Amino acid sequence: MVDITFQDGIMTAQLYGEIDHHIAPKIRGLIDARAESCRPEVLQLDFSAVSFMDSSGIGLVMGRYRTISLLGGRCEVVNIPPPLQRVFRLSGLGGLGVLR
Amino acid sequence: MNVLNQMKLSFLSRSINESFARSAVAAFVLPLDPTVAEITDIKTAVSEAVTNCIVHGYRDSEGTVTIDARITDAGKVIIRIRDTGVGISDIKRAMEPLYTTSCDERAGLGFAVMQSFMDRVAVRSSPGKGTTVTLEKTILRIPYDKRRSG
Repeated sequence: MVDITFQDGIMTAQLYGEIDHHIAPKIRGLIDARAESCRPEVLQLDFSAVSFMDSSGIGLVMGRYRTISLLGGRCEVVNIPPPLQRVFRLSGLGGLGVLR
Repeated sequence: MNVLNQMKLSFLSRSINESFARSAVAAFVLPLDPTVAEITDIKTAVSEAVTNCIVHGYRDSEGTVTIDARITDAGKVIIRIRDTGVGISDIKRAMEPLYTTSCDERAGLGFAVMQSFMDRVAVRSSPGKGTTVTLEKTILRIPYDKRRSG
């Protein structure tokens, strides 16, 4: 699901396993609760260990982009594995400048 | 076009079954020797269609999702995913990218993903009766014993 660390204003959410409509709300709850308390400058969503993702993962990123912006921070998506890149390309998230 | 193999699956419209459904379909397709990319495409499209049944078809209730999958001798995989939920009144609009009726964090990309990852997507729906989504993809692996030498 997700491991969260916070250091020097950067909150890293290391996502792992499969992200679908069943799992996404649980990840969302964990990330949002931690972001509320530590108010990061940057929220980094690391997808390197995600083995499967459908469009629920895109909803998850779009939602975190919104919540972290409201908290005054910015969102970055890093280490997208090749099998997931097609879904990200379809999403248009590249236009928001969050994909690294 | 002859059907070489067929399977049928039905399960409760609970989100925990999304993973079961896409994995079962992927396992059924495996004898065609698909590439990792083809399996990812099929798993992702099935996941979107099943999620639609759960989130939209049975939004305020629980019902049964049925999957019927076939493999033809032309290497075509035909996957029919059906619910008997609320149905879709405007299919064209439902298929537009970013359109969603859900207030949860849905990206509205379900049909866009299905259309991009599969060769063909067909939707049949009647309000109050349910929705059937048919996904098709050809996985061309000609077995060695059926190749023409000349």
